[in-house]
Amino acid sequence: MNKCTERIFNGLVKENPTFVLMLGMCPTLAVTTSAINGIGMGLSTTAVLVMSNMLISMLRKIIPDSVRMPAFIVVVASFVTIVDFLLEGFVPSLYDSLGLYIPLIVVNCIILGRAESYASKNPVLPSIFDGIGMGLGFTLGLTCIGIVRELIGSGMVFGFQILPDSYVPITIFILAPGAFFVLACLVALQNKIKRNLANKGKKVPETAGCGEGCASCGNRGACSGHMFLDVTEEKKNEKE
Amino acid sequence: MNENYKVSASPHIRDRIKSGNIMLMVVIALLPATIFGIWNFRHENAWILVVVTTASAVLTEYIYEKLMHKPITINDFSAVVTGLLLALNLPPTLPWWMGVLGSVFAIVVVKQLFGGLGQNFMNPALAARCFLLISFTSDMTYFVYDGVTGATPLAELKAGEAVNTMDMLIGNIRGTIGETSVVAIMIGAMFLLLMGVIDLTIPASYLISFVVFIVIFGGHGLDAQYITAHLCGGGLMLGAWFMATDYVTSPITTKGRIVYGVCMGLLTGLFRLFGGSAEGVSYAIIISNLLVPLIEKVTLPKPFGKGGEK
Repeated sequence: MNKCTERIFNGLVKENPTFVLMLGMCPTLAVTTSAINGIGMGLSTTAVLVMSNMLISMLRKIIPDSVRMPAFIVVVASFVTIVDFLLEGFVPSLYDSLGLYIPLIVVNCIILGRAESYASKNPVLPSIFDGIGMGLGFTLGLTCIGIVRELIGSGMVFGFQILPDSYVPITIFILAPGAFFVLACLVALQNKIKRNLANKGKKVPETAGCGEGCASCGNRGACSGHMFLDVTEEKKNEKE
Repeated sequence: MNENYKVSASPHIRDRIKSGNIMLMVVIALLPATIFGIWNFRHENAWILVVVTTASAVLTEYIYEKLMHKPITINDFSAVVTGLLLALNLPPTLPWWMGVLGSVFAIVVVKQLFGGLGQNFMNPALAARCFLLISFTSDMTYFVYDGVTGATPLAELKAGEAVNTMDMLIGNIRGTIGETSVVAIMIGAMFLLLMGVIDLTIPASYLISFVVFIVIFGGHGLDAQYITAHLCGGGLMLGAWFMATDYVTSPITTKGRIVYGVCMGLLTGLFRLFGGSAEGVSYAIIISNLLVPLIEKVTLPKPFGKGGEK
């Protein structure tokens, strides 16, 4: 069970897909005009991520290596279609505001990245928790961005008026440029907090790698961690 | 490290002129337009906005550099120029705190986050104006002259109405604080030209290519009144003489400057004639600012000794 909680912590903090890995930037920037959109998008992605991680982990010994990508896409696409129909049927307002970005979850690089780098190499239970952790990390990132953008851009949070009526909304924050401003500021803030923790002598998780060896990892191209490890390994080799 | 020993890249041309002197000359050159604007919009109390915006730009730079433990550079007047240019680009009735917000955006986001003076990738004042224009569209396009609200002459021109070009030349029209008077702007521009702070290449190529575009696509042919109205209207003159010529965001070589000027001319014409709003100078200039690194790359002169074309 320890491994499972470690996976969730990993997804939420250590390798937060939005603030650390910088994966899935397209939905991050596009749908976070309000906090509720952020939560909706994050939870939809989480659902798909957990289910696809589970199935891919189950099938990891059956799927041949040479056709794994199409196989992953088929699995992911099936779950996205299910989520798509469920949202359309039960939360039509959220479905309307997320629009095209629901079907686009299929090509969200977090999902394919986790399938490739974790679920296809690990047993079912850790894979499920990896999906939960990554999904919640994504939801957290999207919700934070959504709250800030909605608060500054319209004076509301989750649709409730927070700031007084005399507040003039800064419209740019619910437009595309505002997404970049807010994302950059939040990433800077989170780096600052992590650095402060490190300076206090507390152990801060390395942002690199998934705990697996990078040299043998099939996901090196898509993974942001291997640069760091490659360099440290090269240095080690040089010393030897 | 020894403070006097500085390693720098060539060319090692030395001059007593510092950026502070140049910026001070730009401030002096902006004074006619500023004073005219304050007088022109005296009923709207434009002076408050000008003072608040300029002061907050300087204060922001000071506070930021203090907080970041960087050398304080407010003595080089660059923050004054940024704040003043921003104020001249704002409508006189804008709430003062929007001016402050614009100044903070210009100094912190556009200038300091990219490394301070000399590193900003686009003109801070114009970037802040566009930031405010997108954020507070109704306040930024609310123009009053002498207590009467209405459209700017440029918008009337776009709607096909007749405009008084003489008024546009002198400046007693609606518009932003500093852009209305072509005469006042030209006095400042002449001063800068005579002092050698700016050269003619950028404004000339900008204005000429803009006129050519207007003649071809404006639908009025060589109608002198139409062309004059376009030249005197909006922020074209202020933009061409004071903001397009910003050292940091314009190309170095003469060839590059011509390309840059033509880019701005074409974009301004495109935005004014076919765009949604009547004015497009600020967007044209900041988009061209973004193209400058590419222009520099293409127009890079061959180093001496490398030989010609083979």
